[in-house]
Amino acid sequence: MTTQLPDKNGRFGPFGGRFVPETLMNALIELEESYNRYSDDPSFQEELNYLLKQYSGRETPLYYAERLSKHLGQAKIYLKREDLNHTGAHKINNALGQGVLAKRMGKTKVIAETGAGQHGVATATVAALLGMECKVFMGEEDTKRQALNVFRMQMLGAEVVPVTSGSRTLKDAGNEALRYWVSHVDDTFYILGSAVGPHPYPMMVRNFQRIIGDETRRQIQEAEGRLPDYVVAAIGGGSNAIGMFYPFIEDKDVRLIGVEAAGKGVETAFHAATMSKGTHGVFQGSMSYLLQDDFGQVQEAHSISAGLDYPGVGPEHSYLKDIERAQYVPITDQEALDALQLLCRTEGIIPALESAHAIAEVVKMAPRLSEDDIVVICLSGRGDKDVESIMAYTGGKQA
Amino acid sequence: MNLMDQTFARLKQENQTALIPFLTIGDPDLDTSVEIIAGLEAAGADMIELGVPYSDPLADGPVIQRASERALKHQVTIKTCMETAVRARKAGVKLPFILFTYYNPVLQFGLDRFFEEVKAHEISGIIIPDLPIEESADVRARAERSDIHVVPLVAPTSHERIKSIVEGARGFIYCVSSLGVTGERASFHEGVEDFIASVKKYTDIPVAIGFGISNREQAVRFSRICDGVVVGSAIVRKVEEAIPLLQDGDTHEQGLLQIREFVAQLKP
Repeated sequence: MTTQLPDKNGRFGPFGGRFVPETLMNALIELEESYNRYSDDPSFQEELNYLLKQYSGRETPLYYAERLSKHLGQAKIYLKREDLNHTGAHKINNALGQGVLAKRMGKTKVIAETGAGQHGVATATVAALLGMECKVFMGEEDTKRQALNVFRMQMLGAEVVPVTSGSRTLKDAGNEALRYWVSHVDDTFYILGSAVGPHPYPMMVRNFQRIIGDETRRQIQEAEGRLPDYVVAAIGGGSNAIGMFYPFIEDKDVRLIGVEAAGKGVETAFHAATMSKGTHGVFQGSMSYLLQDDFGQVQEAHSISAGLDYPGVGPEHSYLKDIERAQYVPITDQEALDALQLLCRTEGIIPALESAHAIAEVVKMAPRLSEDDIVVICLSGRGDKDVESIMAYTGGKQA
Repeated sequence: MNLMDQTFARLKQENQTALIPFLTIGDPDLDTSVEIIAGLEAAGADMIELGVPYSDPLADGPVIQRASERALKHQVTIKTCMETAVRARKAGVKLPFILFTYYNPVLQFGLDRFFEEVKAHEISGIIIPDLPIEESADVRARAERSDIHVVPLVAPTSHERIKSIVEGARGFIYCVSSLGVTGERASFHEGVEDFIASVKKYTDIPVAIGFGISNREQAVRFSRICDGVVVGSAIVRKVEEAIPLLQDGDTHEQGLLQIREFVAQLKP
């Protein structure tokens, strides 16, 4: 069964694995063993569930977006409100999971990479909560795009390290976090924010994020007495999407749609459409789809959304694409901005630019849907962090 | 017999330690790389690591990252790096070449084609820093068929993994001196001597040390316990410093001389 993956080598079919310097191998093996031990430990689960409920405010609502549904036509559209989590995005689910794990493993220092800053904020928050030292690596370009989140992390006591190598965005932040980890593997836990990287990260992040899909599955059955026809989520590395998709993988009638960033268009050189335009490759520790040139050099990604601005994608998503269990589609910057505006006006919800990509795909799908259709969108985060960059993009005019 | 084995056998007879410089190919340009390689041999290098520039060099510190960025600006590929080895041969260079490359460029080149070309370009060994033993079965099988040595890396954190890594390894074992990425350092992992000894316990093939070795004193220190010493970032930095000289026709030879002199005084 697809849901039994990864195998013992961390593989989802040909994807995944561990392509890292030897220095990290024992740390990854230790992490996998600790994770396996604690994920079966009732006291670990109890501590994590307590924090998810009392600290982050789970469960998050599954909200019927009636005005948006009516505006788009017939289908009923539900929003899984991950934006209502503490810190404003789904990232806290995983940061709490890995943070509690780090504490149980006796680690006192954590590091993280961040793109939009949501995972960095979540990690800084968890580090403050658990009394751990925290360093967040962030591309210099992103520190400018997301200045507010930089300040937020600093307020929470984290050190933000601007990364000046490569394209100075998420991929470079990930490289630098891995390099730092190689040097400090003795006492430092790397809280990786997406369903990417070497095994066991893609599996572990999925399992900490599957609460999104587990809750949704139960909530939609309570609301509608059946499962949805479509589940739609934005995908950069793919953590909110895999968390949302995973509990539905065996429900073959539920169509799973991942929405990636097309930037200025997949026909241009400025996009982050890894699934649409990428090929198999090894990047940041695992085999996955990858934006690369003919010689295996990784290409720079482009998206208005810093969280989707990534040339790789999680190995499990790569596998779901190849076995055609999930479908992956691109949405441009402009389409995402239009959808963001639409959600603001119809529902009074400002979504994150990342999540706006998922909404935009549903806007596109709407004419083909019927009144019997039920669509769930993962509203992975709130858009407060993006207000400034949207203003810059539109020159202060409304999108 | 693989050229690396011949070289180590000769050095053993002479009671010498191999000096193994690393060079990022294409920095500042391919023609100059050929000249630098010839200069390294003249300076006493025993084999050379030819570094394939990569967009995302996870195991490398800032010096080699910058060199890679410079080289990639003029489309240096894994293939042109191999061609550089052949050009150096034609210029009279005799020592063994080891191609140092991240895994993705190899994968995109195609494993079968890669080993054919490595062989055809008279390269004796390869080092892939992001390919641990668990993921390298395909590579090792093909390498063996082509008599190319896959040099494995062993880290101070490898502990009980050492035995399985060095088992059946050929060429030499590359011991990573410290936790961390490449780059010059003043101090090494505590107990580095014990670490080397623990590697030697499991293997009869030569053991070399690298990552951070940047001056003569360190090279001499490690030559007492190792069969080879790899010097990377320190040389790449010398190249970087010499770029203004290298890029000016009047001072080009002076730039090459600076690099050669630096390497010559490293020789243990």
